[in-house]
Amino acid sequence: MQIDLRILRFDPERDKKPHWESYVVEADPKMDRILDLLHRVKWDQDGTLTFRRSCAHGVCGSDAMLINGRNRLACKVRLEQLGRKITIAPLPGLPVIKDLVVDMDGFFAKLRSVQPFLVNESVVPARERRQSAADRALIDDTTKCILCAACTSSCPSFWAKPEYVGPAAIVNAHRFIFDTRDEAADERLEILADKDGVWRCRTIFNCTDACPRGIKITQAILEVSQAIQERQV
Amino acid sequence: MINGYRIGEGMLAWLFHRISGVAIWAFVVLHVFDIYLAGSNPGLYNDLLGFYASPFGRILETLLGAGLLYHALNGARIIIMDFWPVMTRYNRIMWYICWVIFVAVGLPVAYVILKPIWGA
Repeated sequence: MQIDLRILRFDPERDKKPHWESYVVEADPKMDRILDLLHRVKWDQDGTLTFRRSCAHGVCGSDAMLINGRNRLACKVRLEQLGRKITIAPLPGLPVIKDLVVDMDGFFAKLRSVQPFLVNESVVPARERRQSAADRALIDDTTKCILCAACTSSCPSFWAKPEYVGPAAIVNAHRFIFDTRDEAADERLEILADKDGVWRCRTIFNCTDACPRGIKITQAILEVSQAIQERQV
Repeated sequence: MINGYRIGEGMLAWLFHRISGVAIWAFVVLHVFDIYLAGSNPGLYNDLLGFYASPFGRILETLLGAGLLYHALNGARIIIMDFWPVMTRYNRIMWYICWVIFVAVGLPVAYVILKPIWGA
């Protein structure tokens, strides 16, 4: 089957602004994914096409992009889910470095701002810090994040206010705030109680719909909002 | 499409909520103004009431009622999710329920507001 592929291209050394380029690619709709199409364009038609990918199996989160108007991982979307005409653009709301590659520095700075690591000053036990199954269930969902930025860059609140910490950082804060082994929940809630923290969420659900891991992101954001209010931060 | 992004139910719910919120704010400003006229310029106040009762004014009133009703229903949906985050799983179905109530309540209200236009 022939696929009409339109890709939003931008080369900072040549272009003043992004522009669309069209490619016709032969593909097997039952077997091929968007990433396979991008490989075919890059390897057979235009070697200058630039995009990120690493594991190619939905684990590393490198190849998130705007596919037919929704943020998805290029390696997880099969062509039979999309049809013959496909448009691909870089993640919205993030600065474009080249073609489909966006600058993730700001995204990771926000992630670091919520201390996405275990804080526990107590004496290190001889074996692992144990946790009940019920306690682990509290963070089951938010441990799944692969930091692909599909959620944060799909959020209209983030487009309007890039200072907003964004869904991904809140999800990763949630993962430690509700971890019974962690001791820095109050500090993280203090950080997220900021005007550019959880309160910028407008329950639009783009983040939840975009997440390639199926994380219930809006629910996690609202749970953090409740924790802030209940602890009176 | 907004910012190249396809508009889904969640984004539409938020867009309508924002548009109706701004419209309600504009009406409140107008309402403060017309109440002010009642004391300062009764003649102009009566003219304004006459405009509200005209066919075009009644259409605007119907739109205002629609905005108020949608804003209230979707606001209740958001409040439910705020208090019980697990309800976010049912956000789409709650939005469709909002529309069912919107039609069930809105149509009779619209009929009552608009019926003087055709003299019923």
